[in-house]
Amino acid sequence: MTRKRRRLAILLLCGLGLGSATALTLAAFRDNLVFFLSPSDLAAKPPPADRAFRLGGLVEAGSVERATGADGRPTARFRVTDGAHAISVVYAGILPDLFREGQGVVTLGRLGPDGVFHASEVLARHDETYMPPEVADALKRAGHWDPSQGAAPPAGGWNTLSPRPGG
Amino acid sequence: MIPELGHFALALACVLALAQGAVPLLGAQRRDPRLIALGPPLAAGQLVAVAAAFAALLWSFAVNDTTVLGVVQNSHSAKPLLYKLTGTWGNHEGSMVLWVLILALCGGAVAGFGRDLPGALQARVLAVLGLVGVGFLLFILATSNPFARVWPPPADGQGLNPVLQDPGLALHPPLLYLGYVGYAVTFAFAVAALIEGRVDAAWGRWVRPWALAAWAFLTLGIALGSWWAYYELGWGGYWFWDPVENASLLPWLAGTALLHSAIVVEKREALKVWTVLLALLAFALSLLGTFLVRSGVLNSVHAFASDPTRGVFILALLALYVGGAFALFAWRAPAMAPTGVFAPLSREGALVLNNLFLCSICAVVLVGTLYPMFADLVLGVKISVGPPFFNAATLPLAAPLILAMPLGALLPWKRARLWPVLQRLWWAALAAAAALLLALALAGERVWPALGFAAAVWLVAGAAADLADRIALFRRPAAAWARARGLPRAAWGGALAHAGLGVTCAGIAGMGLATDALVALKPGESARLAGYEWRLEGVRDAAGPNWTARRATVTVARDGAAVAVLEPERRFFPVGRETTTEAAIHTNGLRDLYVVLGEERDGAAVLRLHHNPLAPWIWLGAAVMALGGGLSLSDRRVRVAAPAPKGAPAPA
Repeated sequence: MTRKRRRLAILLLCGLGLGSATALTLAAFRDNLVFFLSPSDLAAKPPPADRAFRLGGLVEAGSVERATGADGRPTARFRVTDGAHAISVVYAGILPDLFREGQGVVTLGRLGPDGVFHASEVLARHDETYMPPEVADALKRAGHWDPSQGAAPPAGGWNTLSPRPGG
Repeated sequence: MIPELGHFALALACVLALAQGAVPLLGAQRRDPRLIALGPPLAAGQLVAVAAAFAALLWSFAVNDTTVLGVVQNSHSAKPLLYKLTGTWGNHEGSMVLWVLILALCGGAVAGFGRDLPGALQARVLAVLGLVGVGFLLFILATSNPFARVWPPPADGQGLNPVLQDPGLALHPPLLYLGYVGYAVTFAFAVAALIEGRVDAAWGRWVRPWALAAWAFLTLGIALGSWWAYYELGWGGYWFWDPVENASLLPWLAGTALLHSAIVVEKREALKVWTVLLALLAFALSLLGTFLVRSGVLNSVHAFASDPTRGVFILALLALYVGGAFALFAWRAPAMAPTGVFAPLSREGALVLNNLFLCSICAVVLVGTLYPMFADLVLGVKISVGPPFFNAATLPLAAPLILAMPLGALLPWKRARLWPVLQRLWWAALAAAAALLLALALAGERVWPALGFAAAVWLVAGAAADLADRIALFRRPAAAWARARGLPRAAWGGALAHAGLGVTCAGIAGMGLATDALVALKPGESARLAGYEWRLEGVRDAAGPNWTARRATVTVARDGAAVAVLEPERRFFPVGRETTTEAAIHTNGLRDLYVVLGEERDGAAVLRLHHNPLAPWIWLGAAVMALGGGLSLSDRRVRVAAPAPKGAPAPA
């Protein structure tokens, strides 16, 4: 095999490898990218029914109900709010240690046909004063918090706030 | 006083590193033996200075000196001494000092063990290591002073993060850094080769032990981190495709490719340019990992943007070193003509294939890790890329790699035919097929775990076939023992590392069959999972040195016979006001019984029960891989002097 043909073969092989890696990445991206949505985003433009996404906001004060499901698994129902909109979430599993009413939470799951978000994961594994950055961002977008006006208002009262006009 | 001495030692180390980066380089360019000879003493001096700084920092943590800011933020007098000491590198500043200490150790090792190296090459390698050291010492001195003082001193420290008080996590960073920084040495060799414009078999022989050592440490470090996540975080998983984990996996993938292509340089003087490129890439990815973990960019790109000093500094270092090295590469690489010629179907060809797949996997993981940050900064979209993406994108690339591994190890150099290799592997293929069918029959037609078991058997049997072939076990059984003793340790090491990957594959496949259940039990009630009877005996209060806890007692029985008593806990730490869950694990080597205690309500305790078949094999396999690397490293041929390069002028 001459040097030229060998070089060509190696180039072809590299192209093949790179091409298949790109194709695999793009295909996997199409099916598996997980978007972060706030309750307001959901109200504005609901995603396709079978698509998993992350929903984040504050756990609405007084909304948490715990029960034991028919199969003996503990379940929890609560509402996630960004001040402007709220959405019901149902989760079967152990809630994280730092899950509290009025605290920031990020959940992963799918939206059911009944408009209830079925969470497969609930993340709240930070300290008590920590706000997940996505949640902080969602609160700002919902018009409830202008960072230039100082720290966020106490989380417990978020579900009673009404959006500021033009916020 | 001692902290100031440490600070001074760091500054001294920075100056010495600058001299180490300049003087030997100049000497090598001018062929001045006096300047070249200054390299090793300067490297030794830098090592002593950094070691003194590190010792001063250790001392501050050991005596809980609350006038030092790092101690106040990260330590507490109630910690056991061991965790006070390991807390030295459990924070940003201290871990950077450890990073520089390991870099200085590598420099000292090149100076000490590299006496047989050609003088100019050693001088240039030491100079590049010195320049890398200058950058990171400047970074520490300018942005992350570990010896900053506070006045008035608080009564005690604040740092008692309970999750970090763990032997696994104490060892994890040093091992990981030994791997990361080990690639600084191969990087330095690559840059030195680019400056000299020459890569030959002797160069390959010098680079390979460093690539091997870095790889073995990185393998251990990654495995330890994964094991820690498994037993400490209590989610029952072992790998989450978290960006921090990916940051360590990326250099591992590039380093594994480097390890294999360096063999081709050493034996056949081919793939030189490619190997140099891989050495640059492995260190670039190590620096990227350091940047991702140390800049805070992972928590939030916006938090990073609001306090960018550290991140921008590391990013600038990254751009300087990687950009500089790649510019040098673009300029000098065309001068390195390939010499070794080989057919596509040969050992060299197989190693090219190995490199191709490893680099493709590396690229996919890199894109998946960086794309969310890119999307957030540039497109303003918040997305995350989770395990489904990485599984879907890497498995199709890993499968052909695993399929080709035993074949490649048996192919002869230069030119090969496939048929004789297949003849030696038929029984391994048969065993893999049998494993596939057996797993399908026993585990109820679960395709992916069954394929994982087949891959595991294929790799282990393939490694055995490789060894059997080399010692001629079947052809001349009588002489096999003598041949086995004469076989170089590098051959044993390679086969062992391949078999280790097989063991890890088996563990991952076993975890694919793992089952779990979430139950709420009152004392005396029981649940069934995976053929075991899990009975909650009771929940009581318990207390430790700095925590109080609720501790459940769960007895596990099979067919009426007691198997294990498990005591999972939920611990509350008053100092940090934190709660952690301590999973209870019982292992017999073939399966883990794993219980996590959740909240208690209405007299019932919520328990998460896991049955994890073969879970320990994941880390056992990694340990076997690292052992293979170590065995290879102890090969006589690695230790004896490399032959003088062919046609080269006498060493300067």
